[in-house]
Amino acid sequence: MPETSAPKSVSDSFLDIRNLVIEATSYPPGEPPKDVTLVHGVSLKLEKGKVLGLIGESGAGKSTIGLSSMAYGRGGVRITGGEVFVNGRDIMKIGAGGLRALRGKEVTYVAQSAAAAFNPARPLMEQVIETTLMGGMSRSEAEARAVDLFRQLGLPNPETIGQRFPHQVSGGQLQRVMTAMALCPKPDLVVFDEPTTALDVTTQIDVLAAIKRAIHETGVAALYITHDLAVVAQVSDHIMVLRHGRMVEYGTCAQVIETPHEAYTQALVSVRSIDHTEKAPGADPVLTVQGVTARYKGTHFDVLKNVNVDLPAGQTLAVVGESGSGKSTLARVITGLLPAAQGQITFAGRRLSADLAGRSRDDLRELQMIYQMADVAMNPRQTVETIIGRPLEFYFGLKGEAKRKRVQELLDQIEMGRGFADRYPAELSGGQKQRVCIARALAAKPRLIICDEVTSALDPLVADGILKLLLDLQAQQGVAYLFITHDLATVRAIADRIAVMYKGEVRRYGPKSDVLAPPFDDYTDLLLSSVPEMRLGWLEEVLAHRRMAAAGN
Amino acid sequence: MRRIPLAALLGLIFTGAYFAAALFAPLIAPYGMAEVVGDSWEPSSASHWLGTDSIGRDLLSRMIWGGRTTIFVAVCATLLSFGLGSTLGFFAAVKGGWVDQVLSRTVDLMMSIPSLISALVVLSVMPVTLPVLILVMGILDSTRVYRLARAVAVDIAVMDYVEAARLRGEKQAWIIFREILPNALSPLVAEMGLRFIFAVLFISTLSFLGLGVQPPMADWGGIVKENKEGIVYGIPAALIPAFAIASLAISVNLVADWVLNRTSSLKGGRGA
Repeated sequence: MPETSAPKSVSDSFLDIRNLVIEATSYPPGEPPKDVTLVHGVSLKLEKGKVLGLIGESGAGKSTIGLSSMAYGRGGVRITGGEVFVNGRDIMKIGAGGLRALRGKEVTYVAQSAAAAFNPARPLMEQVIETTLMGGMSRSEAEARAVDLFRQLGLPNPETIGQRFPHQVSGGQLQRVMTAMALCPKPDLVVFDEPTTALDVTTQIDVLAAIKRAIHETGVAALYITHDLAVVAQVSDHIMVLRHGRMVEYGTCAQVIETPHEAYTQALVSVRSIDHTEKAPGADPVLTVQGVTARYKGTHFDVLKNVNVDLPAGQTLAVVGESGSGKSTLARVITGLLPAAQGQITFAGRRLSADLAGRSRDDLRELQMIYQMADVAMNPRQTVETIIGRPLEFYFGLKGEAKRKRVQELLDQIEMGRGFADRYPAELSGGQKQRVCIARALAAKPRLIICDEVTSALDPLVADGILKLLLDLQAQQGVAYLFITHDLATVRAIADRIAVMYKGEVRRYGPKSDVLAPPFDDYTDLLLSSVPEMRLGWLEEVLAHRRMAAAGN
Repeated sequence: MRRIPLAALLGLIFTGAYFAAALFAPLIAPYGMAEVVGDSWEPSSASHWLGTDSIGRDLLSRMIWGGRTTIFVAVCATLLSFGLGSTLGFFAAVKGGWVDQVLSRTVDLMMSIPSLISALVVLSVMPVTLPVLILVMGILDSTRVYRLARAVAVDIAVMDYVEAARLRGEKQAWIIFREILPNALSPLVAEMGLRFIFAVLFISTLSFLGLGVQPPMADWGGIVKENKEGIVYGIPAALIPAFAIASLAISVNLVADWVLNRTSSLKGGRGA
């Protein structure tokens, strides 16, 4: 924008970043340390009371740019070029004392993980008003303001919630308390760094609405950093798209969402455009779960209550629900890691024993699993060849050249090609790691793969690639998927059947077209309506129409 | 990238020298181990570089032969304690439940008695031979290794890749040696350097107290014992083994630190 808007006097744009260059030093062992440029000359302006959304994939430099508004470089990152004006003065030149007066007073910050950002040993109120007290406000005044903000943000019991400790409130509430903390010292600018990314969809929408309302009522300017275009579309006035530390596109919210100019922005906007026609439910079920009830050792309540689902061969059953609904527990019961207390599981016509020890090698081979965090699902000390080759050796007795050839075949299937076999997991990108995990599962020639939130830790474009790969593999090899997710956009993209879980029960179950067609029960309605949509005004519409509040609220 | 830092190089040279001297003692030592070649406590001279000891044996030869015994016993005891301690520790971590309870409480029981006292009790009723010494030291030290190995392995055993191996149907041996051990190696190697030195000190202490290596065999603790009266007369013979123990301790740990740095890379040592 700086090019289009003629250089105005500094006073009317509250935050003015010009040609920002940010570098960091990386230390490859054995090589001389080298400087890497993370942000290449980005400029932006923000006026009072406006919200600018910074959007991009991981590594795009969005958090780094956000923190530069406080002249702060996280983890050895250095601001090496450009100017940052806040309230008309260049904060790169005001020294440590000037920065102390700025941070926590004029500019405040809301972190992604509120649970990690609060001190667990002190009550919330102490932490919320800490910087406000340093700013010179009296304790009673500060507490009154905090309570006022708690009320504005829609927190329950605003008068007393400040006496609680961080573990005594839910994740969504904690995120809102953190927003109150940021707004309490009456700042001019708040930097929101992915404030809703770690929350369930149903909770995210409440937090989003609260943040939006608070921004408007207090009239602060805000930088809203996220990788989710649909979220940023709800709260910002302008959007800046970043990639590899460079600006790709800048414009008003409506322009970027509705008529994006750049190819990269178009790809971001059209993500999750996979068309998947539902398969007819005719085929024999490969997996039948009947009346399964389960509880963890040492607890006195059932995590799964009388769950009945089945999955036809070569199809995809999506299990959806918010955290704590029991969907991952269902996977543990099916794999035998948590033996069911009641009920039975039939797999490929055989009745599976409840515990892992009682299952035959074929039962184990034909039922594979892919995890959410590919990083920890692979042994960091094994090469890709060992990771993919072990199931080949273990189940089929392949050795030497035959094993190497098959590993390469599998690598080709997951579209990774040559040169990866002797790499370690730490040398792969997030998407590549997840692909290797898929190859490891495929190596066993399974009938069913359980996919536990396999795309939720990935950037949207990468996640899209993984989903397409999974669909292709299903078409080629007829493998069935049990797909656990909280993301309904993913479900729409790949499922044939859907089971909606709520508090350990299956609330709604059937073919995709039935489950996603009205009339809905209240919970399914809440879940469906909470998925952010990429259009303006969606947030207000949903809040006006929904029938029940989220459980985590 | 294969360059060795100066500290590690120094450590390697000293450690290498001590081990080489121990290995080739019969070729290097100028005199026999128990050969009386002069007067008692002769000062150093061209024929006796470090002088002679309390009954006129060549001190340099005693040091070389003694180093052979000390290092041999310490190496064997350390290997035994690591083999035993880490295998049991990993096993307890992987199995959990009552297996873990029984093993851990037994180890607690053994650790509640100071190891020097239990060693003295056992050695006072057993014939003091090298295998018995090694066994006693190895088993007593394995309790420390067990605690470390179990603590490290408990964290690793809950990782998804271990769960993936269990779901594949892998046996305990694969899970312990192929999934857990490579990831637990760094802390264990660091501990091994330290434990080796404790073993050297332990055998020296036992010998000094007369329950370790028996005369006329030489070992560093024994040499201190034989020459301790000399200190009163200003004769430094007893300090030479002390210096040897100290310099060996430092150099072994310099090497261990370097190995730790090299093995903690997750990219097969191919750069960050």
